[in-house]
Amino acid sequence: MAQQRKVARLVLEDGSVWRGWGFGAEGTQEGEVVFNTSLTGYQEILTDPSYAGQIVLMTAPQIGNTGMNEEDNEAGRTYLEGFVVRELSPSTSNWRASSDLSDWLKARGVIGITGVDTRAITRRLRERGSLCGLLTTDEIQTDAGLVERARQVKGTDGKDLVSQVTCKAPYVWEDRTQKTWEFTQYFGSIEWDSREDRPALHVVVMDFGVKRNILRRVAAWNCRITVVPAQTTAEAILGYQPDGILLSNGPGDPSAVTYAVDTIRELLGKVPILGICMGHQLVSLAMGARSYKLKFGHHGGNHPVKYLPEGRVEISAQNHNYAIDAASLPKEVELLYVHLHDQSCAGIRDPQRCVMGIQYHPEAAPGPHDADPLFRQFIQMMLQHKKTRPTA
Amino acid sequence: MPKRTDIHKILLIGAGPIVIGQAAEFDYSGTQAAKALKREGYEVVLVNSNPATIMTDPELVDATYIEPITTEILEMIIAKERPDALLPTVGGQTGLNASMKLAEAGVLEKYGVQMLGASVQAVRLAEDRKLFQEKMLEVGLSVPRGRMANNVEEGIEIAREIGSFPLLLRPSFTLGGSGGGIVYNEEEFAERLAFGLRESPTHSVLVEESILGWKEYELEVMRDRANNFVVVCTIENIDPMGIHTGDSVTVAPSMTLTDREFQMMRDQARVVMHAIGVETGGSNVQFAVDPQTGRVIVIEMNPRVSRSSALASKATGFPIAKIAALLAVGYTLDEIKNDITQTTVASFEPSIDYVVTKLPRWAFEKFPGVDPTLGTQMKSVGEAMSIGRTFKESFLKGLQSLELSRAPFPTPENALWDRRIESLARGRAERMWTLWEAFRAGHSVEEINRVTHIDPWFLVQFEQIVALESETAAYHDAKDLPPALLHQLKQSGFGDEHIAWLLMQPVWPPRPIPVEERLARIMEKKHLPSAQSIGKIRQMRKQQGIQPTYQMVDTCAAEFAAHTPYLYSSYETESEAPPSSREKVIILGGGPNRIGQGIEFDYCCVHAVQAVRKRGYEAVMINCNPETVSTDYDTSDRLYFEPLTVEHVLNIVEREQPLKGVIAQFGGQTPLNLIHDLHANGVPILGSSPDTIDRAEDRGRFGDLLRELDIPSPAFGIAKSREDAHVIARSVGYPVLVRPSYVLGGRAMVIVYDESTLDGYVATALAASPNQTLLIDHYLEDSFEVDVDALCDGEQVVICGVMQHIEEAGIHSGDSACVLPPFKISAYHLAYIQEYTELLGRSLGVIGLMNIQYAIKEDRVYVLEVNPRASRTIPFVSKAKGVPFARIATYTMLDRTLRQMNLSEEPAMRGFFVKEAVLPFKKFEGVDARLGPEMRSTGEVMGFADSFGHAFAKAQAAAGDPLPAKGSVFVSVNDYDKSAALKIARDLHRMGFPILATRGTAEYFERNNLPVERINKVRQGSPHIVELIKAGKVALILNTPLGQVAYEEGAQIRTTAVRYGIPLLTTLSAGQAAVQGIQALRAKQLSVRSLQEHYRQIPTLQQYKFDQNP
Repeated sequence: MAQQRKVARLVLEDGSVWRGWGFGAEGTQEGEVVFNTSLTGYQEILTDPSYAGQIVLMTAPQIGNTGMNEEDNEAGRTYLEGFVVRELSPSTSNWRASSDLSDWLKARGVIGITGVDTRAITRRLRERGSLCGLLTTDEIQTDAGLVERARQVKGTDGKDLVSQVTCKAPYVWEDRTQKTWEFTQYFGSIEWDSREDRPALHVVVMDFGVKRNILRRVAAWNCRITVVPAQTTAEAILGYQPDGILLSNGPGDPSAVTYAVDTIRELLGKVPILGICMGHQLVSLAMGARSYKLKFGHHGGNHPVKYLPEGRVEISAQNHNYAIDAASLPKEVELLYVHLHDQSCAGIRDPQRCVMGIQYHPEAAPGPHDADPLFRQFIQMMLQHKKTRPTA
Repeated sequence: MPKRTDIHKILLIGAGPIVIGQAAEFDYSGTQAAKALKREGYEVVLVNSNPATIMTDPELVDATYIEPITTEILEMIIAKERPDALLPTVGGQTGLNASMKLAEAGVLEKYGVQMLGASVQAVRLAEDRKLFQEKMLEVGLSVPRGRMANNVEEGIEIAREIGSFPLLLRPSFTLGGSGGGIVYNEEEFAERLAFGLRESPTHSVLVEESILGWKEYELEVMRDRANNFVVVCTIENIDPMGIHTGDSVTVAPSMTLTDREFQMMRDQARVVMHAIGVETGGSNVQFAVDPQTGRVIVIEMNPRVSRSSALASKATGFPIAKIAALLAVGYTLDEIKNDITQTTVASFEPSIDYVVTKLPRWAFEKFPGVDPTLGTQMKSVGEAMSIGRTFKESFLKGLQSLELSRAPFPTPENALWDRRIESLARGRAERMWTLWEAFRAGHSVEEINRVTHIDPWFLVQFEQIVALESETAAYHDAKDLPPALLHQLKQSGFGDEHIAWLLMQPVWPPRPIPVEERLARIMEKKHLPSAQSIGKIRQMRKQQGIQPTYQMVDTCAAEFAAHTPYLYSSYETESEAPPSSREKVIILGGGPNRIGQGIEFDYCCVHAVQAVRKRGYEAVMINCNPETVSTDYDTSDRLYFEPLTVEHVLNIVEREQPLKGVIAQFGGQTPLNLIHDLHANGVPILGSSPDTIDRAEDRGRFGDLLRELDIPSPAFGIAKSREDAHVIARSVGYPVLVRPSYVLGGRAMVIVYDESTLDGYVATALAASPNQTLLIDHYLEDSFEVDVDALCDGEQVVICGVMQHIEEAGIHSGDSACVLPPFKISAYHLAYIQEYTELLGRSLGVIGLMNIQYAIKEDRVYVLEVNPRASRTIPFVSKAKGVPFARIATYTMLDRTLRQMNLSEEPAMRGFFVKEAVLPFKKFEGVDARLGPEMRSTGEVMGFADSFGHAFAKAQAAAGDPLPAKGSVFVSVNDYDKSAALKIARDLHRMGFPILATRGTAEYFERNNLPVERINKVRQGSPHIVELIKAGKVALILNTPLGQVAYEEGAQIRTTAVRYGIPLLTTLSAGQAAVQGIQALRAKQLSVRSLQEHYRQIPTLQQYKFDQNP
């Protein structure tokens, strides 16, 4: 057990130094440290572009047990700056596993640290709010030197991280949720059964760091999907003649992505829009609302949100450090969902302009599927819109 | 949606006596539900036949009925109380079945009682396997192939359809899978199926494809009436499919599922709950997963709170039963506050940042001859839960919590276990220990996975633990241990004792030792590390600053601040929930339930906590049994979910300062075993001193005391060898009672009539005794026994109650029925009992409770033993008298005298209270159902009425063996008992019961002019008595053979009676009591009365001032 382990350190801007063992890649990486309370789903988290600029700490203590597989990646590569766990699994056990977590991270240049008191770090983040820091396998530098360096690390405020993760060129997406993993049938959706008979809707996805499962879930509704870079103009987007526009999730501070806000403003009212996470924040900004930074964000798969019109509660997957100030929403925009823990804005709707914004993740991955029917609502919104305005 | 205002009075039905498959967890769930409903302003009526429960405490609800849970009695209660609604889902399978029967009998409709939580239809759908499987297929879920058989022929046809063995048999509507199992071949198939058909109240058994070796998961889910749904906890069974989940080592959260796989299971659980139609509350859904392909199969669902939901509640801090009760009265999850964070709501899914392990504890040593192979029928009697930051830590702490073996090394208890790798293929109680030895012997993960099907992830963890052992065993002195290694060992959950044991190994791995030699070594006591060597590890740790830290169980992985100090230890960087400056009292719990140490002790611990809090001290509870009320986070001020070992208790003592002291009197033998070491470490012990306990437990010292006080006791001697045993037995006179000292529940205790039997016994008995001495007492044949519970404040002694055993001396007091007040003891004997009790209490210097067992033979009263601690009967006496003796005892330990509480003499009482033991023979196929000096009951019930007969009849009904109103009675007794049996038979004959008897007994009866029908013994050929029992032609059996040979002869009759559920009386006194019971039932119908109503009729109860602060 004790063979050839290399020491790694997680150094936080508050001066604390956490010594553990390194795994994955070697070197030094900087970022904002966030904790995620999901019990399962580290693979999806590791490949979620929304974590760009962040060092992710898992509160679940045993990580790596199921290795990594070919199916559960949310992007083609990783964007996060480091991975912090209580105990890295010494073995991989799952019928779908194709590689071991440590090797996988190494191949992608991500540093991991294991054997640190993740609960103590989480308590710090909870008390003091998000902290910047660095993760290093460098054994030469002193703690003091590293702390000094950690203090220089810039947070995500005002940083346009989207431009680092968005695609370089438009592409067509076809992959849909495989039959073995489809679950909608359990909930007796009639539309589901007849989806193949409908003419395909065309959805343009503005990629702010899109998770593949968003694309898979939309594709599962028999949609044609074109993914475009975040900087694509409104004119170019409308040129695709979309039935709807999906504004994807993405990393960091929405207020720094001004170009996208401008583009969305031009699209408002022209085609139905669904914004997810970053997409929700951007469309809200485009409609005139304000964003703010949460103390330590919402990252996990157990967040309750209430659908205000009916009082129903969904357990949702969440991953965001910024939120929309509900009080700043213009009159015509309806607050649709609130987060039950802190009453923050979890979803909005503007029926007039066919806009829906969801702060959390209906695509789950990882997380519960409670919010998946939102995709159906998006489809219905597009169909409705198509009916009333046949030539968009 | 707010709570319902159209209902005002709610009936709760408890789970009845503790049996295998249904233990203290339903006291926990029932108590939570009752408290929650009371707090919401509902009037609550509660029925439970088990007096040893917190839920039946009279102050908890408005009307408490300790009555048999039968349709007849429940209807009387409903007619009297007229509740608006019934909550059927918090009383286990018993509560649910009873509710279903009430619905089916039209009682609920007749009295306009609504069923809350689950409808009759939903319960039927969930419980009837055929309907359940059809429903699952209908909603698109997978189930194992197979179907329901209603008779043997049908079953054989199904087996043919499936095409290959092994097959799984699952009878409908049985507890803990009773009557089910895995069948490996055609030969045993028909017989096992027939048994299952009989066991099932609906005479149906599911025959299905075996999914042995698949991964097994349980999801604890909740739903409210707005259709909101949450998964509270996912539990992964380390033991794969094929071993009942109650017998499996389980872990939370799941360890080997990806999110994608888990979420599919979550969706399916939701569909199951929806399809079954559980409107509100908690359910448990079980899944099997093919480890090769990931194929998921739904196994079953329980539409009620369960053993697993209690575990899930303790594992996460999310109180499922409490929330289920609130949902049942109309709240939705988002309207209920999370008690632990106080800022968030209950509609979320707990996230945990630690690993929880549950390990079962079995009692096979009590049931010689029973196959200890584990299968689909639950056999364990208790469980321990442990919490650690990692799996290794959690698992090793779990092993320590079991107390079986403080660490995975040979101890007296496990020395004889089968440790060959081949034995791993079959799930056995000792499997986790065998695994260890297999790894130590160098077997690979692949090899072990092939035989056990345990997921390789867990096996690698075990392999790593063994690797750490080997690294440690290279050192031989604590001071040589590298600090980094010591730190790693502690972080991995190694106990100091385990480390000390590793250091004392001359070679590693330890050489395989033949069983005989292993035994010999254990006798020499050389296998265990000394207290001193364990202390050295502790000292090393402290020097190096390797100290435990305490983390909170907070439902949310530290995302929110928690306000409930529910703690576990680890070796991390910081501790949470710092102790207050208030003076504290630590109460040590009883650990995992076992035979002889169960819910009664948890009841006492909870009362101790209540008393400590009432007196203004901070109550700190330590326990590791997830089934209990004592480990509910709101029972004590601070809860440590930790193993009850010297190491862990000392750690907490050091942290929880200022400390008034530790209470060790209420948790049974577990805490008593710790007090010598705690005392030696300077820990103040409240109540009776360690010296008092030693004086009472050490037979030599105790014998001296009795001589000094001139109190008679049976002659005895202490033997250290076979030769000693012979000499002593001869000098005290046969028959003799032989037992090892310092044991619980009369383990390994027998009555021996001759020298050759004594010889055979000595070897095995020595193996069970940690300090290698045997106590040999003269056995007072034909005496009867009396149990006395008494309080003492150091000066004054007050008797709580004098309980007369219904079975004669020689039957373990825990297995004997008893009656309060004694109705056949003369004032002459009672005066002696009073005098001896006072003398002993004062001379021993008892502070708190003590229990004395007396035997009365002719004109003498003998003292058999004194236990200066709470006894099993305390809850029974407390309920019968309406006086909370455990609380009073706690007050005396803290700072009050009995006089200050106006308690100067035995409290007065009215009516008769009968306690009857409930035995697990049905769960252990083939075991002889006789009673003896070895305790084997798992639980108890109380029958309460104005006359003894009625009270006895109620107790029998509550224990599940109602006295028959008609039918034939079979009598078979030995010569010695014949005259007494004649009187019983004559009484029964007069009441119209035809008497059946085998030749000897029949001849005697005929000679005395009692009409009797002669029946063949088995060896006399067909038609014989066993066939008659099987054919249902016998309504009651009285079988009281004496002596070893006769016992063997009767075993077949008794075994058959148990299997066919025929009331069986194995003692004459029980026969006499049964006659009185039947007479009473004929003379007058049973009636019911709540405890509260009953106590109001006892004016003297008002005078006591125990709960008021002066």
